[in-house]
Amino acid sequence: MIPKKICGLETEYGITAPKSLGGDPTAAASFLISAYIGDDIKGISWDFTDEAPGNDARGFLDADALPPAVEPQLLNAVLTNGGRYYVDHAHPEYSTPECLNVKEALLYDKAGETILTLSMENSKKLLPPGEEIVVYKNNSDGKNNSYGCHENYLVSRATPFSQFVDYLIPHLVTRQVYTGAGKIGTEGLNRTNDGKTIFQISQRADFFEAAVGLETTIRRPILNTRDEPHSDKSQYRRLHIITGDANLAEVATFLKMGTTAVVLQLIEEGVLSHLALDMESPVQDIQGISRDISLKYRLKLKNGKSITALEIQWLYLEEAKKYHSQYGLDAVGEDDLATEILQRWEYVLTALEDDIYSLSKQLDWVAKLQIVNAFCERHKTDLFDPNVAAIDLQYHDMRQDKSIFQRLNMETLLRRQDVENAVADPPETTRAYFRGECLKRYPGEVRSVNWDSVLFEVDRGPLQKVPMNEPLRGSKKYIGDLLDKSPTARDLLYNLQN
Amino acid sequence: MAERELKKHSASSHSENTATEEDVAVSTEKGDKLKAEIDDILDEIDEVLEENAEEFVRGYVQKGGE
Repeated sequence: MIPKKICGLETEYGITAPKSLGGDPTAAASFLISAYIGDDIKGISWDFTDEAPGNDARGFLDADALPPAVEPQLLNAVLTNGGRYYVDHAHPEYSTPECLNVKEALLYDKAGETILTLSMENSKKLLPPGEEIVVYKNNSDGKNNSYGCHENYLVSRATPFSQFVDYLIPHLVTRQVYTGAGKIGTEGLNRTNDGKTIFQISQRADFFEAAVGLETTIRRPILNTRDEPHSDKSQYRRLHIITGDANLAEVATFLKMGTTAVVLQLIEEGVLSHLALDMESPVQDIQGISRDISLKYRLKLKNGKSITALEIQWLYLEEAKKYHSQYGLDAVGEDDLATEILQRWEYVLTALEDDIYSLSKQLDWVAKLQIVNAFCERHKTDLFDPNVAAIDLQYHDMRQDKSIFQRLNMETLLRRQDVENAVADPPETTRAYFRGECLKRYPGEVRSVNWDSVLFEVDRGPLQKVPMNEPLRGSKKYIGDLLDKSPTARDLLYNLQN
Repeated sequence: MAERELKKHSASSHSENTATEEDVAVSTEKGDKLKAEIDDILDEIDEVLEENAEEFVRGYVQKGGE
């Protein structure tokens, strides 16, 4: 059976540290998170016992691969919305809770932006006058350093990993035409040194060096093979996707995750195998596509043909529509959600062919490009102007008064009140509900949590672990009544056993 | 088959381009509105852009992540 596309997003934010913190980004990230976390849950830690980012989905150990180290000594906080907020490699990172579908993941990603903004405001009050910590939701500093926005999707272990290699990579390489966040200049191994500069579609494309691999920090692969399901290993994989740009535009995040969830279901159903999408050089192509805003870049297929990113996207969409009309896309979500994804996907591909600027209220890269062009025209300047580079950076500034994105009046898909609620309340649809509610109801008795367990310590008795191997159990439907019947953690543990 | 479908898409997205005078008037009006909106945004950007853009951009250095 194809599992529901339970999903989530992890975003590393760029950060600038004030003088009083020695300009140290790690200290600033810790300070930022501490300033946000309430005292009641400050002592609850993340449980690292089962973390193993070195396991490879291909089923072998790559002796040369260097998986990222787990850093338990750095600040790790859990949130009552079921998410995680922590310091990762000198960046503050927010991970959404597990969400039932992509719309919910978008909601919790946006709640994360609010959390980071509140953290900045709180920390400003604690710092010396005139100092502040500033965070940016982007993926590059323009100086060859990149940090990620990772997506996670639950997929069936019964699907051979090679199927994802064959049929997901072409999607990951080409979806940037609507998921890109836009960037001025080129970076990475293939940066240009011809004295010219360009506006490119994606922040991230420059940083990929391999098609498939385990690493996320060096030799970054288009398809990451980390095999750490945080759930029943015999049934599931958690596909960890690292190519995406961090989006501010709601439509862009919705499409990034929506189309990917659809493609994953199609792969698991085995209906894409007739498509000839074998790419000759995906690393070269992910950069080639990003660097051509005319969208005319043609990539070579192994069968000798050449094709544009948009044409590949149309092929996926046609397959999705065909499948959806016959069988539905129930792993992706209710039918109105699947329909919304397919309709928006088609709308965006059509508009990208006709006039990219018609999408300036929907897509980050188009919105940024339009403003950059208009600025250059008004001030008779070009992409080398530091003011233009400042626009590129300030588009992603999380300070409301400095953010350029906030001024662009982009299309929204969420109600503001829902985002506000998602800052503190977990989704009711997955095991994140159990995690978040335990933190809200029994903060004094929760010792630590992980994605797949909650560890209790009641009245200094023995530690008791409640496992959560099934991502859909622990939802309000499963556990809401039981929680309501349990005024204390002791009651809860008793009721769970009986 | 794939190529045929692609042509069909291109055709369908461009085929209804027999614009009437009314359409042109509407699109000019829309264009003017858009231009006015972008002008307003540019005014705001001129105000919020970091004062010393060069130093600001140079100073934004991150450690690689993930």
